[in-house]
Amino acid sequence: MQLIPCPWCGPREEVEFHYGGQAHVAYPAEPAELSDEEWASFVFFRDNPRGPFAERWSHAAGCRRWFNAVRDTRSYELLAVYRPDQERPVTT
Amino acid sequence: MTTGNPPARPGADLPDHPSFLWRNPDPAPSYDVVIVGGGGHGLATAYYLATVHGITNVAVLEKGWLAGGNMARNTTIIRSNYLWDESSGIYEHALKLWEGLEEELGYPILFDQRGVLNLAHSLQDVRDSVRRVNANRLNGIDAEWLDADGVKEVCPIINVSSDVRYPVLGATYQPRAGIAKHDYVAWGFASAADRLGVDLIQHCEVTGIETSGGRVTGVNTTRGRIGAGKVALCASGHSSELAAMAGIELPVQSHPLQALVSELLEPVHPTVVMSNAVHVYVSQAHKGELVMGAGIDSYNGYGQRGSFHIIERQMSAALELFPIFSRAHLLRTWAGIVDVSPDASPIIGLTPVDGLYLNCGWGTGGFKATPGVGDCFAHTIANDKPHPYNEPFTLERFTTGALVDEHGAAAVAH
Amino acid sequence: MTADFRLPRGGRIDRDRPLRFTFNGRSLTGRQGDTLASALLANGVHQVTTSIKYGRPRGIMAAGVEEPNALVQLAEPVSEPMLTATTVELCDGLVAEGLVGHGRLGDEPDPARYDSKHAHCDVLVIGAGPAGLAAALTAARSGARVVVVDDQSAAGGSLLGRDDYLDDRSSDAWVRDVVAELDATPDVLRLDRTTAFGAYQDGFVLALQRRTDHLGFDAPRHVARHRIWRIRATQTVIATGAHERPIVFDDNDRPGIMLAGAARTYLHRYGVQVGKRVGVFTTNDSAYVAAIELAEAGIDVPVLFDARQDVPQRLRAECAARGIDVYPGHVVTGTEGRDHLTDVHIGPVGGERCDTVGCDTLLVSGGWNPAVHLFSQLGGQLRYAPSLGAYVPAEALSSARVVGSAAGSFELMACIEQGAEAGRAALTAAGFSPGADVTVPVADTRPDEVAAMVLWRVPEGAPKVPLGTEYVPKVPFGTAGDDNSADARFVDLQRDATVSDVLRATGAGLRSLEHVKRYTTIGTAHDQGKTSGMVAAGIVAEALGEDLAERRPTTFRPPYTSVPFAALGGRDRGELYDPVRVTALHDWHVAHGAEFEDVGQWKRARHYPRYDEDMHAAVLRECRAAREGVALMDASTLGKIDVQGPDAPALLDMLYTNMMSTLKVGRIRYGVMCGIDGMVIDDGTVIRLADDRFLLTTTTGNAAMVLDWIEEWLQTEWPHLRVFATSVTEHWVTVPLVGPRSRDVLAALAPDIDVSNDAFGFMTWQDTTVAGIPARVCRISFSGELAYEINVNAWHGLALWEALIEAGEPYGITPYGTETMHVLRAEKGYPIVGQDTDGTVTPQDLGMSWAVSKKKTDFIGKRSFSRPENLRPDRKHLVGLLPADPTVPLPEGGQIIEHDYVPEPPVRALGHVTSSYDSAALGRTFAFALLRSGRERVGEKLYVPVGDDLVAVTVTDTVFYDKEGARRDG
Repeated sequence: MQLIPCPWCGPREEVEFHYGGQAHVAYPAEPAELSDEEWASFVFFRDNPRGPFAERWSHAAGCRRWFNAVRDTRSYELLAVYRPDQERPVTT
Repeated sequence: MTTGNPPARPGADLPDHPSFLWRNPDPAPSYDVVIVGGGGHGLATAYYLATVHGITNVAVLEKGWLAGGNMARNTTIIRSNYLWDESSGIYEHALKLWEGLEEELGYPILFDQRGVLNLAHSLQDVRDSVRRVNANRLNGIDAEWLDADGVKEVCPIINVSSDVRYPVLGATYQPRAGIAKHDYVAWGFASAADRLGVDLIQHCEVTGIETSGGRVTGVNTTRGRIGAGKVALCASGHSSELAAMAGIELPVQSHPLQALVSELLEPVHPTVVMSNAVHVYVSQAHKGELVMGAGIDSYNGYGQRGSFHIIERQMSAALELFPIFSRAHLLRTWAGIVDVSPDASPIIGLTPVDGLYLNCGWGTGGFKATPGVGDCFAHTIANDKPHPYNEPFTLERFTTGALVDEHGAAAVAH
Repeated sequence: MTADFRLPRGGRIDRDRPLRFTFNGRSLTGRQGDTLASALLANGVHQVTTSIKYGRPRGIMAAGVEEPNALVQLAEPVSEPMLTATTVELCDGLVAEGLVGHGRLGDEPDPARYDSKHAHCDVLVIGAGPAGLAAALTAARSGARVVVVDDQSAAGGSLLGRDDYLDDRSSDAWVRDVVAELDATPDVLRLDRTTAFGAYQDGFVLALQRRTDHLGFDAPRHVARHRIWRIRATQTVIATGAHERPIVFDDNDRPGIMLAGAARTYLHRYGVQVGKRVGVFTTNDSAYVAAIELAEAGIDVPVLFDARQDVPQRLRAECAARGIDVYPGHVVTGTEGRDHLTDVHIGPVGGERCDTVGCDTLLVSGGWNPAVHLFSQLGGQLRYAPSLGAYVPAEALSSARVVGSAAGSFELMACIEQGAEAGRAALTAAGFSPGADVTVPVADTRPDEVAAMVLWRVPEGAPKVPLGTEYVPKVPFGTAGDDNSADARFVDLQRDATVSDVLRATGAGLRSLEHVKRYTTIGTAHDQGKTSGMVAAGIVAEALGEDLAERRPTTFRPPYTSVPFAALGGRDRGELYDPVRVTALHDWHVAHGAEFEDVGQWKRARHYPRYDEDMHAAVLRECRAAREGVALMDASTLGKIDVQGPDAPALLDMLYTNMMSTLKVGRIRYGVMCGIDGMVIDDGTVIRLADDRFLLTTTTGNAAMVLDWIEEWLQTEWPHLRVFATSVTEHWVTVPLVGPRSRDVLAALAPDIDVSNDAFGFMTWQDTTVAGIPARVCRISFSGELAYEINVNAWHGLALWEALIEAGEPYGITPYGTETMHVLRAEKGYPIVGQDTDGTVTPQDLGMSWAVSKKKTDFIGKRSFSRPENLRPDRKHLVGLLPADPTVPLPEGGQIIEHDYVPEPPVRALGHVTSSYDSAALGRTFAFALLRSGRERVGEKLYVPVGDDLVAVTVTDTVFYDKEGARRDG
């Protein structure tokens, strides 16, 4: 069980958090203009890397705020956390 | 075929494995078919390619040890009582193959049709369960709805009293369902395939998929390039990475799925019990240990380990249902990497790359399908055309919207 | 045979406190401080059980958690399956029996409590042996918060099993001093009887504390028997010691054969001599000390066989002085004895002759395996140390250090020094400055002289039987024998797995240790291979001609030792398994005989049976009251979300399929929400309270989901929208007052408003007072009847409810539950999300295209409506079904087919029954169904298989009652 550093509350137990999958997948500006393939890609297809992954978390049992994190899906180590409006930071 | 209760003294003697299992060949320069992933599905696919289609110039490439991924880590539940016609088709096909598999492989796979109970804890659970039972019966699948007393009759140790948090209102029961011994299954397929000339190549990780003019031509591996007429992916949690090597995106996410066992115990649990509502499934394996699983960990993960609170939570759920387990002991926990698809159904079939075939997205349910998917996937590879049973499970369904939504069918929340 | 093997002196037990216990039916006596194993040995009992596969007698082999043989089933003071006799603390009245392979679960309910506790610290020290104590004291002196856990009943670790002197005092004095200082230091938590069993990321360690087991029948009921400690540490020092490794030889499993270090522990900790005539077989110096100390205690130790040619000369001289003959280059080749060891066959390595020595006990030492389990669980890499024949940590982790024998360092002073060093590093890494140094005391231990030899099994070719007898090997070495039982060279004693089994596995083509484990079952037993794993790895490597350094060690997984299920379940049982949510009116419902159903975490009144009514009768009565008079229900569980902000209209236009921004203040609109896949996820009413304020209702089960859904979109996609959403579900008690007489009841209680239809129209709301209570009254109806939904502050809910009951009394006001609510809504054709939908149903499928805006350019789910699958003409539609026989109820979940017979499977059903009721108003049964091309099939006759029968049904539209909607205005 991990400690997840909520950018607003500090490190908290993993059980307080809700996982939200890949980050930086914007809702399409004009869904009506998309082909079925493009729309399906938005609805169902997400990256699934083995390694650093920019993903969304919500501190559901805490401040209830969403944030983004870069986490290594092999070690589960959190390499960075940042606010939803920030760019993905460079991690090593 | 064995039926009924576990043996009076489980575990003293599991059947011996044969004195010879498989060769350890070096990879040949090329094969007609290269199967990536030496788990249950890959091995079964190789076996059926050889036996049904006469294709024996086949290699199964495994990056670790054979059947060491989810095949070695699952809770071995076998059933076919899925809701939708598409699913019950392929799972029932698998179950029928299971029923003859011990004889077919000449290997004691310990397929034990002790039945599976899927518990209902709310009125909506009851409606959903009855719906599934009725759908199953029309599809020729043995399914019954049992009320709480009926549940107690099948599994006397379940607490069906009303003083638990979520009382058991009833269950669906599939008598032909059960468990098998996973290593024996994998090794049965492996040794049979080996005898038929299939090369099982371990510690051989695929690092690239080679294509030319839209057609697959081979794979690059940690043991060198291997040419291939056709390449079939059977790599469960690693499917996304592999498909990406051929430029294919998949709608699957890899999650840890944990399981655990107790010490060996005298027989107490005659069947298999799954509860969707309280997230736990339990059986007592042939040797006597309680085998238990729960939901997937919520986050993506390739670490083959999960978070312990999942185990604590499932233990609370198990003790609600089975007070008798109170003083049993947790002996060992582990996790696999499961590839979860958006509709909790697999993806099996052709890909945009000629000669490249895909079998993934089984999530938590892959073991039970092993012989069925092996047969259908071999058919798909051999004929370059899906078998009718896997025809609905295309990658295109996510574009058209023709999903096969089985979220209600697994004991775990996706 | 009740020979007393308790020595007259020594041992860290309380000789004045005898404890009576029963083992395998025999009444025996031990002493306070004994384990079950030491008490048995004190009574001369070695054999505990017989083996799982071959039924061979098996005795006590170790003195701790690594014990592979001595499994017991406890009967008293508590029933508990499969424990090791070496870890069960003796208590008065204990009853146990040897366990053959399988534990037994008792039938009686477990009355014990179990709980868990969190602890946070700067430095966690696992193991209170010499290294751990030094680490803990060093850390404690810096002012850091320190937690020290140890699995034994007292601190001291390996010192408890030795009689070493530190600075010319018994090591007990040193331990006592350290413990006293630790216990006197603020912010130090020291936990005995606490096994760290799992190590996870970010310094998270789980430990099991056995709080009352040692108290036996005196255990207080109010104290949790076991406690799971969830420890979060900045830095962790792992000082978990090492397990002695056996050597495999023929008949190496007889009772009386034990690990040398264990015999030393039984001597020094428990004052027990493990035998009368003791032989020793070793590959390293440590067993010499055991031999010498046993001899010093007056035990006859005639011989020590050392597989090494080069033996330690000083130790050999000490042995000689005590009458112990040391045989360099000698190995044990076999043993004799039925229930207990009688003779040991020995011979020179590779020699042609052998001798037999009479011994009742044989001490064995094949070296030591560092207990690297927790380090490995943390992801720490291991390295094979050829000098030890074992895996050791290959690296230091940034937040975890391994010290002492767990790191492969076995010399006492070095262990203490390492511990102090690690304590210093840990406290520094945790941001503290070192306090006073911990002085490393001078130990009187004998230094190792000669490097250990790594010997997995007695090599081939050694003679197997005494000279003069014809040598017939039971199983030729190096080949696979088919009859395993012929081989008595046990690798995993608990699994009865032998050298032949291992060689048969490698012969079968297996190369991976994981495969060999599965083929032989080695390492899968209760001890999880603590004594067998390394030996098996060694034999496999030998058989394959591979170097262990090149092979991957098998992965260690939690738990380190077994953990009771109940401890893991903790207090989250029964009502505490999941919170029970009840409304402010719950007690009233209980007092008035309501039956309840679980809806999510809520308890909802399902119906209110009168006298001996069954549910069917009660529901018919409740429905009649709502249609003909007046009735009320508790709808407080409906989710309520207060949405405020200037951009609230824009948000709601995206969330709902229909247009919400055009809703006027004072009015109410029904709305449907879809997922991005276009499937219905929830529905409810939207009340516009102000230009910038709405109140949303959700279904009971989805309230939290909908709030999360809103937050997710607001925060992650549309942070520019100035909107806040707040759950107010539990702030309100919500009471629908339903029926043609509802207006009369409300009028009597709400004098400030005009309740006429003109003044208070359908789908509008007003704030007023009802029964003197400030209330918001909404004219909405989920039954089709004239109805008012009255919302008041939850504190006043009961007062409102009772006032309504009183005011409605002249009209026969009737409380109704969820079942009646379901019937009433179904009669009117209103679907319930989650019952009439299943995540695959669109608003169009429900016949709700009217609720899907054509004007809005976008809303969540809109784009999915135009996917090919959504455009199919033969989608499933929500329709009504009327059984041909109006008295026959259809089963919810029944499947629908075309034929008046059931064809051979597989049959493609056309759909299924989602809701089914008997209607008082219709005087018949009716149902909803999701049916393929349903709306095109209205009027068709179809069939529902029910058991072995087929029920004929006619497809209808979904509105069964008051199709023209005349009743809603009264």
